[in-house]
Amino acid sequence: MSKMTADVIIIGGGVNGCATAYYLAKQGITDVIVLEANKSVGHGGSSRNGGGVRQSGRDMRELPYAMYAVNNMWPTLSEELGVDVEYYQRGNLRLGKTDAHIAKLEGMASKSRELGLNMNVVDAKTVKEICPYLSDEVIGASWCPTDGHANPMLTTLAYYKRALEMGVRFFTDAKVKKLEKVKGKLRKVILESGEVFEGETIIVAAGYESRYIARTVGVDVPLFKYFEEALVTEMQPHMFDIMLGTADADFYGHQAQHGSFVFGSDSGLEDGIDMDIDELKTSSLTVSAGCRAIMGYIPLLANAKIVRTWGGWIDMCHDGVPVISKVDEVPGMILACGFTGHGFGTAPAVGLMLSQMVMGKETVVDISALSYDRFKSVR
Amino acid sequence: MIDIQEKLKEIGPYVEAADDDVLVCRCEEVTKGEIRQAVHAGMFTMEEIRRYLRSGMGLCQGQTCGKLVKGIVARELKVSPLEIEPATSRAPMRPTEMRIMAQDGGGANE
Repeated sequence: MSKMTADVIIIGGGVNGCATAYYLAKQGITDVIVLEANKSVGHGGSSRNGGGVRQSGRDMRELPYAMYAVNNMWPTLSEELGVDVEYYQRGNLRLGKTDAHIAKLEGMASKSRELGLNMNVVDAKTVKEICPYLSDEVIGASWCPTDGHANPMLTTLAYYKRALEMGVRFFTDAKVKKLEKVKGKLRKVILESGEVFEGETIIVAAGYESRYIARTVGVDVPLFKYFEEALVTEMQPHMFDIMLGTADADFYGHQAQHGSFVFGSDSGLEDGIDMDIDELKTSSLTVSAGCRAIMGYIPLLANAKIVRTWGGWIDMCHDGVPVISKVDEVPGMILACGFTGHGFGTAPAVGLMLSQMVMGKETVVDISALSYDRFKSVR
Repeated sequence: MIDIQEKLKEIGPYVEAADDDVLVCRCEEVTKGEIRQAVHAGMFTMEEIRRYLRSGMGLCQGQTCGKLVKGIVARELKVSPLEIEPATSRAPMRPTEMRIMAQDGGGANE
């Protein structure tokens, strides 16, 4: 076995962890270890999301780095990593069928425009021009032309593959039990299987499980977990490259480069799910509800066959945006968790910024608002 | 715990084989050579392989090629196929139209 110490240890082989490893290596720091709890890299939310590379609808604390990723990183990512990550920047339509929907979309669009994002509400005719396959019941939509989508599974594995080639050491089936300080500084990562790793900087990017890990050194991040499901259709003739959502939030998704459609949806009963975090079972209720929602907006897909359903856990943060920050009480630790179901599209920027934090550089955009100690009592 | 870099060293570099162009996953048209190269790029599990290449993700969902892919991965990793975990199977059992799937009696509030 190779040595078990490194300049940087990243806990979590998801898209953020793999991207961070890659950007560190790119800047010359190759003494990096990534620990993935599962046997597969990208087993968690990184491979279980709709692939949205979205700026519209983002919180103002996130939008600057979401835009940074879209403007500076996504367009060249496939070339840079040597794997086609299937990035399409053809815009995002969020569809409305009622006046209440349009009012909601107007609100979202005006808020995004205030933050400098090109997003407008368009009428039914324009919607049809952008995407002719939609139901006549659609009376308008919000439109953000610079949004897009990519393949999350390939993106995660592309970062992993490239980081491996550059010398980063990855350990899978390496579940972390606890962290330990040495002389007041975070130093040790102890696995369930007993092995001990030691690092100068330790990044915790392990999805919801980050909470269990951080807690072993007295830091508790207010996360909760939420189960999200999606369905995949058989290959269809090419219809559109845009990302779709609805004002009602009853489904979202896109047609993949392969031709299949990937749509996320819910049954409305998700709050009552009581399932262990290691379980990833889908519900028969969700896929049926999803089909009704999708057919209500894209009637042509009624005869499309579903070949697969899947689900995964989202690490929801109390206030809807992640924690990306160093921790005063635990020198040497950097937290990156609570991505709340929209962490995929920002992963290139987050990986870059985490690498900059490790190196003591200023991050490309200011993310001080994502500090771990921002949560104050509200009563 | 699996040390990926060590394992990559142990299995050595990818060496081209005469039958690398054999189609293994017919639904998604994935060849034996692509699967073998993916292993040498660090994709050691059925889950990673299918996400990287789409093998077993087409109409039959790996019911035809699953065992074959497993055998190829095992040989490349120099382990028994028994050590390679099968990929998760997911509903529905057979491809099913949306209009059929939609008829579960739900949507009470619509």
